[in-house]
Amino acid sequence: MYTLSNRLKMFSIILMVLGALGIGYGFLTAPKTIQDVEALEKAEAHHGGGHEAAGHEATPAHEAHEASAETTPAAAEAHHDEVATEEAHAEHTTAVVTDTAHAEHAAATDTLAVAHAAEVAAPAHHKVAEKHETAVDAHAEHQEHLEHVLHQLQNKPWAALYVACIFFLLITMGVLAFYGIQWVAQAGWSPVLFRVMEGITAYLPVGSVIFFIFLLICGLDLFHSNHLFPWMVEGITDPKSEHYDALVAGKSGYLNFGFWIIRAAVFLAGWNLYRFFARKTSLKQDEAPAGDNFNYKKLFKGSAGFLVFFIVSESIMSWDWIMSLDPHWFSTLFGWYVFASFFVSGITTICMVTLYLKSKGLLEYVNTSHIHDLAKFMFGISVFWTYLWFSQFMLIWYANIPEEVTYFITRINDYTVPFWGAVVMNFVFPILILVNTDFKRVTWILVIAGSIILCGHYVDFFNMIMPATVGKNWFIGISEVSSVLFFLGLFLLVIFNALTKAPLLPKGNPFIEESKHFHY
Amino acid sequence: MSTTNKVIHALYNDDDVLMDAVKKTRAAHYHIEEVFTPFPVHGLDKAIGISPTRLAICAFIYGCTGLSVATWMMNNIMISDWPQDIGGKPSMSYIQNMPAFVPVMFEMTVFFAAHLMVITFYMRSRLWPFKAAENPDVRTTDDHFLMEVAVSGNEAEQVSFFEGTGAVEVKVIEKH
Repeated sequence: MYTLSNRLKMFSIILMVLGALGIGYGFLTAPKTIQDVEALEKAEAHHGGGHEAAGHEATPAHEAHEASAETTPAAAEAHHDEVATEEAHAEHTTAVVTDTAHAEHAAATDTLAVAHAAEVAAPAHHKVAEKHETAVDAHAEHQEHLEHVLHQLQNKPWAALYVACIFFLLITMGVLAFYGIQWVAQAGWSPVLFRVMEGITAYLPVGSVIFFIFLLICGLDLFHSNHLFPWMVEGITDPKSEHYDALVAGKSGYLNFGFWIIRAAVFLAGWNLYRFFARKTSLKQDEAPAGDNFNYKKLFKGSAGFLVFFIVSESIMSWDWIMSLDPHWFSTLFGWYVFASFFVSGITTICMVTLYLKSKGLLEYVNTSHIHDLAKFMFGISVFWTYLWFSQFMLIWYANIPEEVTYFITRINDYTVPFWGAVVMNFVFPILILVNTDFKRVTWILVIAGSIILCGHYVDFFNMIMPATVGKNWFIGISEVSSVLFFLGLFLLVIFNALTKAPLLPKGNPFIEESKHFHY
Repeated sequence: MSTTNKVIHALYNDDDVLMDAVKKTRAAHYHIEEVFTPFPVHGLDKAIGISPTRLAICAFIYGCTGLSVATWMMNNIMISDWPQDIGGKPSMSYIQNMPAFVPVMFEMTVFFAAHLMVITFYMRSRLWPFKAAENPDVRTTDDHFLMEVAVSGNEAEQVSFFEGTGAVEVKVIEKH
């Protein structure tokens, strides 16, 4: 039997307290009104203004590059009057053709103003807007801009919490899916790890409740300061409202709060039901007399049923909880992509927890061959994730259809480092480290590789959620780190507490002998 | 060690017996020249003491070669030599148009890694069409296992040793 050490308990509680404090800080420091945003922007403009004056002549090419990158999403969004957009486009083209620093610089300034980029200092915007006779009422536009930024900044602590919350919930689901697959596949190597997997999935009920409450807060607009899901905005389906959006209105048969929250409830309930049933049946099989495989067979059938339910619910879940943050965008392989991301995270978590327990001398029958198999799964599913990531990216990049491609343009322009960094962390690093057979058995190498994979997939979820909720105002700061710390502490506390509840070696599994002697 | 090119052929009809015999032979410090089996026997290479294969390392290097060839080839053709505007694809630099090249880069990596590794395997194993078979006993392709051990010192003692390891047949052969 495993006993929860006081040090681990204290460590988790400290993580939770620190996290909770940071989360609270994030909410308290978020701007409340448009005036707050204006003051923030003024302060930034003043600060940035000095820089601009100094580095103006030196870096026109750089600015032009940023500005021209901005043009495409702005044009695709078609928020501006046609004349302005056309003009910006024309100037942009000229800049590329003539390729002189001066022309590029001029185009940059104009394009920025017309495209209404958030970073541009407010005074500069006013100045150029005056010059342009075609520009719409500058004041109204400025107010609209401030409101837009306010919503994004208010979203920031919410979105940080949401990313961490869904990430740990889905890690648990990755483990549960892996567990179900091991039962159905009658794997001979993994039964010695079943208790580890059951321990990790103990987080599912806790995570589900927190996540469901979060969804209720978003949907019922309980604190009036959260705009994570744009399709929940009041009047968005009403043609008479100023918030009317024909595209979202067309999807309202699917994207409406009642149906959405019922789906969430059904999925979470279904997953928790399987988890509860699997744990109970697995423990019952331990006490069954030798040769009595009734519970084993029951769980085999239950797992097969769960996997069918899981793949359907997982796909719909990814549309509901992640894709609907960008309600104008759609992608068919998105469900698989999300699945690959949390599946590999789940397997990595199993590996890390196993290595920890093994280092404490608690998993007598787990040998390097079991670890090697887990590492192979980490390697293989990392490559699978990359395959789906690339398939989604390349198809959209290649066809370059405006309504789809904005998704990647905002990510590449505003999230350059996280966007490409996720590929490096989730693909390049694992493929170079875990390709070696000997490395797959070395604890410290696996701990490093596992940490990088887990961080990489956090960044992956960050990339999916943040651009839709906070846009350019992202930053991995106190809110984001604290949210992760809080959920990490909770996760560790719950799973290691669950591991103390049952012996770490399942006795009654018909494959347990084979698993104990598994050798690769 | 006497200067003779005599070898002992010990035949077995079960892989478990063969594995035991290999271990005993190694313990008795007789030099195993070769073992012929009709199918792969798990763990036999370790029992004989053959060093691990480096074929996987070769494959990795071949894969890197393939990736380099694909990158060089497409950069040369699509970017350097004749950068045409094909359907608006950006052919100003390799990195700008890279997503379109990835399928080729991937396939070339796999192609080089797989084929060159197989050819390396054939060369290292000395396998080619019309090669004369080196099989000492036709039964080893069907249901018998044969261990070939160099004769050193007392021949009769060695023969009785192999008969004691469960061999169904022990022969002394003069090798040319």
